[in-house]
Amino acid sequence: MSGAPTGLNEVLQRTFAFPKRHFLSATDLNEIEVANLLDLADGFVSLNRQTSKKLDLLKGRTLMNLFFENSTRTQSSFELAGKRLGADVVNMSPRSSSISKGETLIDTAVTLNAMQPDLLVIRHASSGAASLLSQKVGCSVINAGDGQHEHPTQALLDALSMRRAFGRIAGLKVAICGDVLHSRVARSNIALLQMLGAHVRLVGPPTLIPAAAHRWNVEVFHDMRKGVAGCDVVMMLRLQLERMDGVMAPLAARVFPLLRPRPREAGPGRAGRARDAPRPNEPWRRDRLRRGR
Amino acid sequence: MSAGRPLAFTNVRIVDPASGFDGPGAVVVTEGVIADVVQGGDLGGLSKDVEVVDGAGKLLIPGLIDIRVKTGEPGFEPRETLKSAGRAAAAGGVTTIVVQPDTSPVMDEPSVVDFVLRRARDIELVNVYPAGAATKGAQGERMAEIGLMHEAGCLYVTDADRPIVNSKVFQRVLSYAKAFDTPVAHRPSDPWLSAGAAATSGEFAARMGLPNVPAIAEKIMLERDLALAEVTGAKLIVDQLTTAAALETFERAVKRGVNATATTSINHLSFNELDIGDYRTFCKVDPPLRSEDDRQAVIDAVASGLIKVIVSAHTPAPAEEKRLPYDEAAPGAVGLETLLAALLAFHHEGRIPLIDLIRTVTSAPAELLGLPAGRIAKGAPADLVLCDPNAPVVIDADKLMSKSKNSPFDGRMLQGKVLRTVVDGRTVHRA
Repeated sequence: MSGAPTGLNEVLQRTFAFPKRHFLSATDLNEIEVANLLDLADGFVSLNRQTSKKLDLLKGRTLMNLFFENSTRTQSSFELAGKRLGADVVNMSPRSSSISKGETLIDTAVTLNAMQPDLLVIRHASSGAASLLSQKVGCSVINAGDGQHEHPTQALLDALSMRRAFGRIAGLKVAICGDVLHSRVARSNIALLQMLGAHVRLVGPPTLIPAAAHRWNVEVFHDMRKGVAGCDVVMMLRLQLERMDGVMAPLAARVFPLLRPRPREAGPGRAGRARDAPRPNEPWRRDRLRRGR
Repeated sequence: MSAGRPLAFTNVRIVDPASGFDGPGAVVVTEGVIADVVQGGDLGGLSKDVEVVDGAGKLLIPGLIDIRVKTGEPGFEPRETLKSAGRAAAAGGVTTIVVQPDTSPVMDEPSVVDFVLRRARDIELVNVYPAGAATKGAQGERMAEIGLMHEAGCLYVTDADRPIVNSKVFQRVLSYAKAFDTPVAHRPSDPWLSAGAAATSGEFAARMGLPNVPAIAEKIMLERDLALAEVTGAKLIVDQLTTAAALETFERAVKRGVNATATTSINHLSFNELDIGDYRTFCKVDPPLRSEDDRQAVIDAVASGLIKVIVSAHTPAPAEEKRLPYDEAAPGAVGLETLLAALLAFHHEGRIPLIDLIRTVTSAPAELLGLPAGRIAKGAPADLVLCDPNAPVVIDADKLMSKSKNSPFDGRMLQGKVLRTVVDGRTVHRA
């Protein structure tokens, strides 16, 4: 591939077998497919750091971003990725489209399908929306977040970050902290990280951890300090206030006093911290600022 | 159709739960009434104008009585009309349906009751009785015209899917209805715990990211309902018991002598939450499907007689209300046509004796609501079903008579085929 850095070229030479038409859940992939995708992504990291970032791998293809929920990072990531790989990218957002006129998801899907896109990337507030869409269209569908169900591409990204930091994922101790209950990222991460051999812990107040979480083969901690002790990676999830009907924990700002990671207490190695939505107004972070840490 | 012509079923296996008879026999029908029942033997000479149906040893049972059916009439005719529901019922061997009041307008006064009764009479398919709303507009605030609706022909009162949250209102409804000996049906579900829920709490709902209600929400509201039924002495119909925890509560109350009868739905007997699978909205029902442990407890409760009545909970919802993301899709499933075959599964599995299964959809609901039908006895209305309980069927939702095809049984292989359905001596369905 002209223009591709050498590392990437080597990966691109490989033949990938990817038998699935859609990517809806982290469990759609097996360990080998994940390893291949991460190798590929690793190659793209160097591509993104050179002056000419454009390839023509997806030349002539059309990618449609169909985001029913607001998104900045995910939507622009998909847009940028599509463009850098040579695809034509169309962004649809519901507020400026006919969804607000009462069209259903299926109506929209069928209409868009008639435009012959090759790839639909969907984000929707309802769990299962991506799966529903995939049954009604002729192209491939990527789930960019459906309700509280899954966000598999985010999980791949987190896995890449971990692999780049530690050189491996198997055996890592990963603590996922905060609002696990409402988090699709957590669900995808749990599935993917476990597949790759990591030990997953969930840390948060009982109201924000699903009651049945102990059946997911994870360790559940309600004490932040104990939860992150000995961990290699600490993942912070923000409170999804928009999904909470009513109060899930006392006063957002102090939601769980222990939801303040103290990386010094984490594992002996370098504790990486992957964050979902790093925002300055995140409770734990505000706390940190106030205390001048 | 042989409206006036006498009819005789010979060489049939009669199963009549009301009398406890299960054996060979013959039945003669004249002028819409069962004129003679011969148990064990066969009929003597019959006059030539009698239409004789040779049952060839097949099953003859009383027509099914389904006390929880929704049609869309009046107000939501695209979902289902009284006519399409009547056809579905006839095809399923259901000869009496009790329609729910959450129509538009809500059936909360005698004029709407009259409308439904008149329409049903004109259609002349199956027997239709209305259930009136317990409160105005089924809003749970002001009491509806319970007495007048009772006189107009309502068999019981209920706000259908909406719980009557205000305990004072519910107590008054119970007290008032008692004066007319009208049962009050209520679906026990804590309104706050169940708000917005699409599934039952547990590993499945958590993994699928579905808004969920803990199973205990049923028990919480049931405790209140039973306590109020006990102090008022009213007749309570516990609409669709679906959880093990609530069954325990119910059993205690019944032993104490509370005047309450529990129903459950064929959906909760036949499916558990895992049937939702990849967000199959046809499996979205209200109350949501439960765990396998709960399903087993409900089957046991039917077997032991704790749950006396089984309903189809027929709730038509057309594709445009179902082909939506799971939490936006309308709840409910059609069930009139599949009720009998789905029930017979428990007979074929050896879980529940045939006569006990048939009782839950014939004599038990008849007794509960004081109906003359539901039995094969001289003088009873000639509502009869001839069926082959062993015939294999594959349910094809597209072929159902209902206007809406939202059947969770789509594709299921069952046994049991209705050969002929007779209502008041009229043949309304023939296979």
